[in-house]
Amino acid sequence: MIAPSKPDLVTVTIDGREISVPKGTNVIEAAHRLGIDVPHYCYHPKLTVVGNCRMCLIEMGMPAVDPATKAPVMDPATGRQKINWAPRPAIACATGASPGLHIRTTSQLVKDCREGVMEFLLVNHPLDCPICDQAGECKLQEQATGYGRGYSRYIEPKNVKPKRTVLGPRVTLDDERCILCSRCIRFCQEVAKDDVLGFIDRGSHSTLTCYPGRKLENNYSLNTVDICPVGALTSTDFRFKMRVWFLKQTNSIDTESSAGANTVVWSREGVIYRITPRRNDEVNDTWMADSGRILYRQVPSEDRLSAVTVAGHVVTEADAFARADELFRAGGVAVVGSGRSSVEEQFLTRLLAAAVHAKASLVARVGEGDGILVSADRNPNVRGALVTGLVAALPEPHLGGLAEQIDGGHVKTVVSVGEDLAAGGLTAAQLDKVRVIHIGTHRTPTSDVATVVLPGLTVFEKSGTLINQQFRIQKFLAAVPPLAGAKDDLHWLSALVAAAGGTAPAGTLNAVWASLSSAVPALAGLSLAAIPDTGLLLNPAPWAALAFAEGRALHFQPNP
Amino acid sequence: MAEQRRIIFRHIDEPGYTPDLACYLRNGGYEMLRKAMTRKPEEWIDEVKKSGLRGRGGAGFPCGVKWTLVDRKSGKPIYLIVNADESEPGTFKDRHIIHQDPHQLIESIMICAFANNVKQAYIYIRGEFPHGAQILERAIAEARAANFAGPNILGSAYGCEIVVHRGAGAYICGEETGLIESLEGKRPYPRIKPPFFPAVLGLYQCPTIVNNVETLCHVRHIVEIGGEAYSRIGTPNNTGTRILCVSGHVQRPGYYEFEVGKVTLGELLNDVCGGPLPGRKFKAVIPGGSSAKVLRFGERYKGKRKVGAETVEFDWGVEDIPMDFDSLALAGSMGGSGGVIVMDDSASMVEALANINEFYAHESCGQCTPCREGSLWMKRITHRMVHDNARAEDGALLKSVADQIAGRTICAFGEACAWPTQSFTAKFAEEFKAYGDPAREADPDAAELV
Repeated sequence: MIAPSKPDLVTVTIDGREISVPKGTNVIEAAHRLGIDVPHYCYHPKLTVVGNCRMCLIEMGMPAVDPATKAPVMDPATGRQKINWAPRPAIACATGASPGLHIRTTSQLVKDCREGVMEFLLVNHPLDCPICDQAGECKLQEQATGYGRGYSRYIEPKNVKPKRTVLGPRVTLDDERCILCSRCIRFCQEVAKDDVLGFIDRGSHSTLTCYPGRKLENNYSLNTVDICPVGALTSTDFRFKMRVWFLKQTNSIDTESSAGANTVVWSREGVIYRITPRRNDEVNDTWMADSGRILYRQVPSEDRLSAVTVAGHVVTEADAFARADELFRAGGVAVVGSGRSSVEEQFLTRLLAAAVHAKASLVARVGEGDGILVSADRNPNVRGALVTGLVAALPEPHLGGLAEQIDGGHVKTVVSVGEDLAAGGLTAAQLDKVRVIHIGTHRTPTSDVATVVLPGLTVFEKSGTLINQQFRIQKFLAAVPPLAGAKDDLHWLSALVAAAGGTAPAGTLNAVWASLSSAVPALAGLSLAAIPDTGLLLNPAPWAALAFAEGRALHFQPNP
Repeated sequence: MAEQRRIIFRHIDEPGYTPDLACYLRNGGYEMLRKAMTRKPEEWIDEVKKSGLRGRGGAGFPCGVKWTLVDRKSGKPIYLIVNADESEPGTFKDRHIIHQDPHQLIESIMICAFANNVKQAYIYIRGEFPHGAQILERAIAEARAANFAGPNILGSAYGCEIVVHRGAGAYICGEETGLIESLEGKRPYPRIKPPFFPAVLGLYQCPTIVNNVETLCHVRHIVEIGGEAYSRIGTPNNTGTRILCVSGHVQRPGYYEFEVGKVTLGELLNDVCGGPLPGRKFKAVIPGGSSAKVLRFGERYKGKRKVGAETVEFDWGVEDIPMDFDSLALAGSMGGSGGVIVMDDSASMVEALANINEFYAHESCGQCTPCREGSLWMKRITHRMVHDNARAEDGALLKSVADQIAGRTICAFGEACAWPTQSFTAKFAEEFKAYGDPAREADPDAAELV
């Protein structure tokens, strides 16, 4: 067997332990692989290195070589090559791995450096942790505890700076807490490509601000809040709402487009307080769009559908399925699936379409991609509909095929799985001509006219998988309990298949997967548990000929 | 008594000498550029290396080595930047060159540019020198009109333009990478080295030479006499002449040019500058600009040093220290920018340090933590000591804060702001301890604090 070539691997020694890393890997990352923490503030793995916080100072040494003969100089005490330690500490973030590099992260000098930097960072810091939103997830708190002296020698007056600068519609700045690490500035320049932030004044009086006449209002502004290591940049939405240590974190996926940014949903007692990005180097790095963070507001909406109805009257489930059965028996059934449904729901929708002998269609949602993390296809799971076999082609705009069939009198009943048919493209006249069986979460023109309404769940109340634009299948998990009266879409779909005389697995995730993994070739043998938190890439080859809407996606590479 | 040897300042303050081109040409001006262009460019890099010329801006880095380090394989243009941001307190040499003999600088710029194949040179002049900037603009226009600068210099195919860029009043713009950022139109945040060494990734990420005004002016004279002959001026490893700017408590403050190492601090202060003011004694001297470590009169410096091939022992008082880079380093300070600041026994070291700290706190760019927070903290301590309540432990606290800065910052400003505090508090510890003592008798002659 030929060993895979690793031309650029170098061995470095950190605190006496050796590790092989690609040449040039910075010492923070190399140490991290060994489980050694090198504290830092300004360094961010997805941004350029500026080395301004000085928290990551370490001792650096190189093997000694005789300058004349180039022969290694041996240390008689250890029998190994002598190490020439640099007299000054170096910053780990800008020190790249090179052959033989030696690093000390636990020496007295390094300890002194960290204590010094921590003390400096705190002398003009307001220490207002009791009222600070960052408390509990603050690098300043963590590293002061881990690497600081634990007391202050500072008795002079502190700097006074603006406490509540509104930088933009979603971000509020507390300048006194800012440690001037410049992560936010670099993010705006390098990732959001919207250079609006900068420092004014100098020395300790330096202040973060927007350029004159500009605002921090790009659709990625809240990432600056995420990467702010302290409580300076705060989310205007989340500010003063909840202590972070009370919040439960649930892994989820941003459903605003097919980019499929990985997210964490933060909730407490059934209420969602915020959504933040979750690192996935293959998908969204550590970023997500602002627009995806407010999606949680759909959960407690007053417009939620919470009762099973037939012709507007609240009925039992049995009555509703009896009515559905009648409609199915009358024939002429069409099924509108959704690119927003999960893979599991789409699979059951496919079974439903087969049971009622209908061809399924999807609602197209195409916008403009921003080249970062909002892709042109605003359906998060069109790939899922292709993979599960719900549809074989990309959705037509305005439900084109279905509209013609209705106009031609071939369709008498439409099953809408989570889609508003009016918004999807059907006219009021077309809607008048058909009966509608609707599974939905919110009141819409479709739910208003639907004969049967089955209240479903939002993405935050259920679990499942989505397949993003890369054909990466990713899991989302239920963050909060379902709204009273509403039930999992899988439950409704399974029951509808039964009402139509078909056979379907029970409406639970595990039952659906048991069936899915044998019926869908692309997911053959896969199980829900086997999908890692960062998703699993499927083979996109069978659909390579399709003209997908997406263009360029995020992949900013720091420090090329 | 040590004699001055004026090379750079040959015509400074000379009656009838004017900064225009005609006067410069009457005094042999641009002959050295003409001579330089008769030989291959790289030969002049060797000559400058042979001359042993060291940078006069502060660090004393060998000029020829700096030129050699320039990346010539990248295919990118090479830039030359003249650092005329003379900002180190106590230093006032470059301004006299610029004001009185600008063509000397321009000729040297063109020789350096020719030697290094530079097509674009910049003079970065501090914002507080508006008149100097005007003089340079005028001189460049004259030189251009006479074909000493611009395209086709002296009828050759070689051309180089010079642009004067005015700073906006920040000390940090004298730090070469901060200067480069400022020249690029950004905040003058010094760059991290590695990877941003100017010789490789300088102005606009192109190889760049940054030389101080005085350093560069020597190039003209190296061309005149040759590197070998130049290296015999001064002392070994400390060649040439350098301008010493003496300020403070001496009879005749001013600027004096000596062969490097041929005058001792005592000769300079007592003989050349006329000694202390009447009835006073020297107390302390900062030998290389305000960031250099202070020397206390009465202390002894002992050790071994190399003289030629031999190693000899030395035992110096402050007055015995030769004014060269290596000797001052042996005495624990530095030659720096040549600004000699003298304090006599009327000066309070606490108040002097308060003044220095005020300056560095004001000038810290704020990019990296230790300098940004440390310089302001030190200023607040000394300010409180002087104006409010001095504690006996403040000296030790000051030193500890300074120790947390030096060696841990992006640029040398960390040392610049820490060294005064480290040296003042170490050498005058008892004065810092006693400053807040109510029993301390105020010096009746001391100047009123402003």
